[in-house]
Amino acid sequence: MSTAAAERRRGTAAARKPATMAQALTRAMRDAMAEDPSVHVLGEDVGTLGGVFRVTDGLAEEFGPQRCTDTPLAEAGILGSAVGMAMYGLRPVVEMQFDAFAYPAFEQLVSHVSRHRNRTRGTMPLPLTVRIPYGGGIGGVEHHSDSSEAYYLATPGLHVYTPATVEDAYGMLREAIASDDPVVFLEPKRLYWSRSDWNPDAPSAVPPAGRAVVRRPGTSATLLTYGPSVPVCLEAAEAAAEDGVELEVVDLRSLVPFDDATVCESVRRTGRAVVVHESTGFGGPGGEIAARVTERCFHHLEAPVLRVAGFDIPYPPPMLERHHLPGVDRILDAVDRLQWESRWTESGERAAGPGRAEGDGR
Amino acid sequence: MTVLEQRGAYRPAPPPAWQPRKDAAPLLPDASPYRLLGTGAELDPRLLRELYEQLVRGRRYNHQATALTKQGRLAVYPSSVGQEACEVAAALALREQDWLFPSYRDTLSVVARGVDPVHALTLLRGDWHTGYDPYEHRVAPLSTPLATQLPHAVGLAHAARIKGDDVVALAMVGDGGTSEGDFHEALNFAAVWQAPVVFLVQNNGFAISVPLEKQSAAPTLAHKAVGYGMPGRLVDGNDAAAVHEVLQEAVERARAGEGPTLVEAVTYRMEAHTNADDATRYRAEAELAAWREHDPIALLERELTERGELDEEGVRRAKDAAEEMAADLRERMNADPVLDPMSLFTHVYAEQTTQLREQAEQLRAELAAAEADAETTDDGQHGGQQHAQHGGAGRGEGR
Repeated sequence: MSTAAAERRRGTAAARKPATMAQALTRAMRDAMAEDPSVHVLGEDVGTLGGVFRVTDGLAEEFGPQRCTDTPLAEAGILGSAVGMAMYGLRPVVEMQFDAFAYPAFEQLVSHVSRHRNRTRGTMPLPLTVRIPYGGGIGGVEHHSDSSEAYYLATPGLHVYTPATVEDAYGMLREAIASDDPVVFLEPKRLYWSRSDWNPDAPSAVPPAGRAVVRRPGTSATLLTYGPSVPVCLEAAEAAAEDGVELEVVDLRSLVPFDDATVCESVRRTGRAVVVHESTGFGGPGGEIAARVTERCFHHLEAPVLRVAGFDIPYPPPMLERHHLPGVDRILDAVDRLQWESRWTESGERAAGPGRAEGDGR
Repeated sequence: MTVLEQRGAYRPAPPPAWQPRKDAAPLLPDASPYRLLGTGAELDPRLLRELYEQLVRGRRYNHQATALTKQGRLAVYPSSVGQEACEVAAALALREQDWLFPSYRDTLSVVARGVDPVHALTLLRGDWHTGYDPYEHRVAPLSTPLATQLPHAVGLAHAARIKGDDVVALAMVGDGGTSEGDFHEALNFAAVWQAPVVFLVQNNGFAISVPLEKQSAAPTLAHKAVGYGMPGRLVDGNDAAAVHEVLQEAVERARAGEGPTLVEAVTYRMEAHTNADDATRYRAEAELAAWREHDPIALLERELTERGELDEEGVRRAKDAAEEMAADLRERMNADPVLDPMSLFTHVYAEQTTQLREQAEQLRAELAAAEADAETTDDGQHGGQQHAQHGGAGRGEGR
C-alpha cells in the first residue's frame, strides 16, 4: 500500500472518532507490525478482504501479502504453520474466523502450542497469538456464536485474554503479540462495533492483561464477568442502583492468568458475588471462578456465589438466542437471590439488599 | 470424435476461466520403487561406506534401546529395525542449516543428525519430554501426535524463506500418518506456499496392527502428491543409496525454490510397534522372512563387498564402533536420572503465574514434609530429590 493510502487510512480512522473495538484491534496489529518485522498475520480472508469482520483491514495493503497472508481454508494447517513460523523466530498472529471454526486447530493448540515451552524446557517457546471472535448476540447461525473459552482455560500453557473495552482491545492485543507465550485472544464479536473516544494516535495505557479491573465500584455485591458480558453487567448495575443496590462490576480481562487478588479484594468487601458469562454454566468458567472465590473468601461471604451463564444447551438458533444469553433481568434475579435476609459476617458496613431497610441485620 | 462434433452441433464452451493449472504427468511417481543397490549404477563409495557404518550403528542402537525397555530403563521404545536406511539417509541428506522434523519412531534419525542418543531417548525414558535443544542440531522435538509436526515443518521452512535463509525442512511420517488431516493440510500449505519442505513417508506396512490396505486406497502413497501439485517419488526404503539420492534431490529442488516433494519409501517394520505390542496377532512369519531377504544392511554389505569396498576387517570395524556406542548408551542409561520435582513448574509460562507459584509452594512443602518424615523413620537416604522409576525395573531404590 502506498504511504499516501496508508496515511489516508489512518487519518480516516483518527478522524472517525469515536473508534470501534474492531478498529482498535486493527490498529494494534498495524502498530505491532510496523514496530516489529517478525509480526506476521495469517488466516482465512485476512488479506485482500481484510477479514470477515474487517479486523485485518488494510494490513495486507500496507505490509504486503507476505506479512498478512490469506491462507488455505484449514485451521489446523494455519495454526500448525504458525507454530513452525514461531519456531523460526517470527511472531505469528493467527485469525480463526469464528469460535466454532477454531476447533479443527484444537489439537495443534492443545498438543503443541500450549506445551511447547514446557516440552523443550524453555528452549523453544512459541510467541504466537490466536485471535478468535467469540460469543453470541449478533444473530449468527449455527457455529457462529460459541463461547469456547472453557476449552482454552482448561489447557495449561496458554494465556487467555478477552477485552471488553476499546482501550483494552488495543492494549491487550499489543501485549498478547509482544508476549513470549502463546495467547488465545478472545474477541467478543458483538462488541466489535462498540465505540469509545479512544485516540488511535495516542492510545491510553491499560493495566497489564493479567490484572482484573473494577469497571464500576459498588458495595452491595460483586459481579464477576468478562468480555461480552461486561456491558450487560454494567447495565444491570445501573438498574440495580435505581433500587439502591450498589453492584460492583469486575472485568476479569484475562482468564489465564487469573487475578485472584482483585477478585477476592472485591468479594471480601461486598460479601456477595455473581459470576456472569455466556458460556454454559456446567463446566463453564463460572464454576472455577465460584470455587476460587469460595475457597478464598468463605468467611466473608453472606451467600453462595451464584452463576448466571448460558443454559447447558448447544448454542441456540439466532431467533432464540435472547432467551439463552445472560441479560439484565437474569442478572438482577440472581442478585435478588443473594440471601439478603441473612447476615453472617461481622462487617456492619455493608449495604443492605433489595427490600431491606438500611442497617436491617438478621 | 463425438457424434455431436460429427454433426457440427453446438458445443458448450468450458466453464469460464477454467484451465488445467498444472500438467499432472511430471508429478507422478515411478511405476516401481526406485533402486540403486545391485543395479550397477555409479555410486560414491565413500557415501556407501558412511551409510553402511551408520546403518550398522543404527541397528545396534535399535537393539540396545529395545533391551533398555526390558531392563526398565526406557518406558517404551518404538523400534525402527528394518527402517534404518530411511532413518539414516534422512539425516545424511540434510545440510548443516536444514531442519529435521521427526516422529516418535525416528529417534535413530535424530541420533544420526548428531543429537546425543541419551538426549534423543529422554522422551522414551520419561525423565522429560524433549531432551535436547532443538536449535542445537536443528531437530524439532519428536512428535507423538501423528502428522501434527508436518505443518510445523512447513511453517518453519516458509519462515526461513521469508527471512531469505537457505534452509530446507525434512518432515518424517509413517503410512498411518498419511491418513491424518494434518498430513493433508501440511502438504496443501507447502505446495501453495512453495515452501522448501521434503515429506518423507516411511511406508513400513503397518500402523500398529493395521495394514496399508486398510489405511489407503491410493495407488501408492507417493501418488497423493499429485493432488497437491507437487511431485511424488517412490523409492525402495531399504536401499539406503536410493533413499539418500531421492531425498537429496528433493532437498535440492526445495532449495532451488521449486517447492516441496513427497517421498514414499517402501520399507517394513521388522519388529512390533513397540515393546508393548504383540505383532504375531496381526502378521505372518512368512512376510517377515521375505523382508529379511531384503534387509537394508545386507543390501549395502553385498554392494560394498562386490565393489571390493568392504572386507571382513571393515565389517568388524563397523560392528566394533556400534558396540562401543551401545556400551556407552547402556552405561549412561543405567544411571538414574536425577530429577527435580520443582522443575515441573519452571517452564509452563515465561513468567510464572500466581497460581503456579502457589502450587509450587504446595509441592515444596510436601517434599519437605516427606524429607523430614524420611529422616525420622528411615536412614535418611530418601532425600528431596527423586529417582526416576519405571514399572518392571526391579530396582529397589526410590519411593
